[in-house]
Amino acid sequence: MLDDTDRRILRQLLAEPSLGTAELAARAGVTAATCWRRLERLEAAGVIGARAAVIDWRRLGYEVEVSLRFTLDKTDPRAFDDFLQGARGVPEVVSIETFLGRVDVRLTVIARDMRQYQEIYRSRILTLPHIADIEALMLVATIKDEGALPL
Amino acid sequence: MTDLDDTDRALLRALAADATESAGALGRRFGLSQPAAWRRVRRLEEAGVLAGRRVAVNREALGFGVTVFLGVKLATKGRVSLEDFEQAVTAIPEVQLVQHVLGLFDYRLRVVARDIADFERVLRRRIMTLPGVGQVEANVLLSEERRPGPLG
Repeated sequence: MLDDTDRRILRQLLAEPSLGTAELAARAGVTAATCWRRLERLEAAGVIGARAAVIDWRRLGYEVEVSLRFTLDKTDPRAFDDFLQGARGVPEVVSIETFLGRVDVRLTVIARDMRQYQEIYRSRILTLPHIADIEALMLVATIKDEGALPL
Repeated sequence: MTDLDDTDRALLRALAADATESAGALGRRFGLSQPAAWRRVRRLEEAGVLAGRRVAVNREALGFGVTVFLGVKLATKGRVSLEDFEQAVTAIPEVQLVQHVLGLFDYRLRVVARDIADFERVLRRRIMTLPGVGQVEANVLLSEERRPGPLG
């Protein structure tokens, strides 16, 4: 379904999603009209979706980011649904992922400082339903974060 | 640190859902003139609060059916080994995310692959051969959801 032109455009777009169509076309080596048409088609086919702004929470004073890995008590058939619904109600949870493996669910939790983190952890996280085990990884630094795919 | 008022928070929520919305459209939604909306967005960009964009892609449609998160523990530690490891791991095209963490593991990696066989190839040839790599734990991503965060 994708040809080389699509792939060239996608490579550039994924490498730098903020580019406007003209600059994107130039980098992909196609005309602006072609680029625009291809993007329209890829969007219509559902290959590319929304362009979302990335918020840098540290700039808003959220200095702490913790990756919490949960094992759920899966003897209850509603464990995943109940847990996820509860997690969606915690404002400091900025992402939710589910897995196949030793970890069932991962939540990314942000906080202004360790004191606030402790409060969120005790009052909002430990109270989530069906938790069997929790492990925490505290973020020190993000070394690489790219949406690029080896197309 | 940047202080926000309710209008800024509403703008951030809107842009986190769709970054392509124009200042005019944002202004109409939140009762601002087009220039006033533009100035606010500009200020958030200059303060680094709006840090670029992310484009949502259907990875399966592009032939990348598998995303795996790896927890990696280094076998040997020291400043030099961290630098060697980071330099080598960031150069792997299938690795989208590298985070240095504290806890059970030293690094979290997000790896994309075409299928499980392709993932096995990346794991064996690229990851297990990284300098200093020790224990590795893999979890296959089933679903992911980004939340608006504390902007209420």
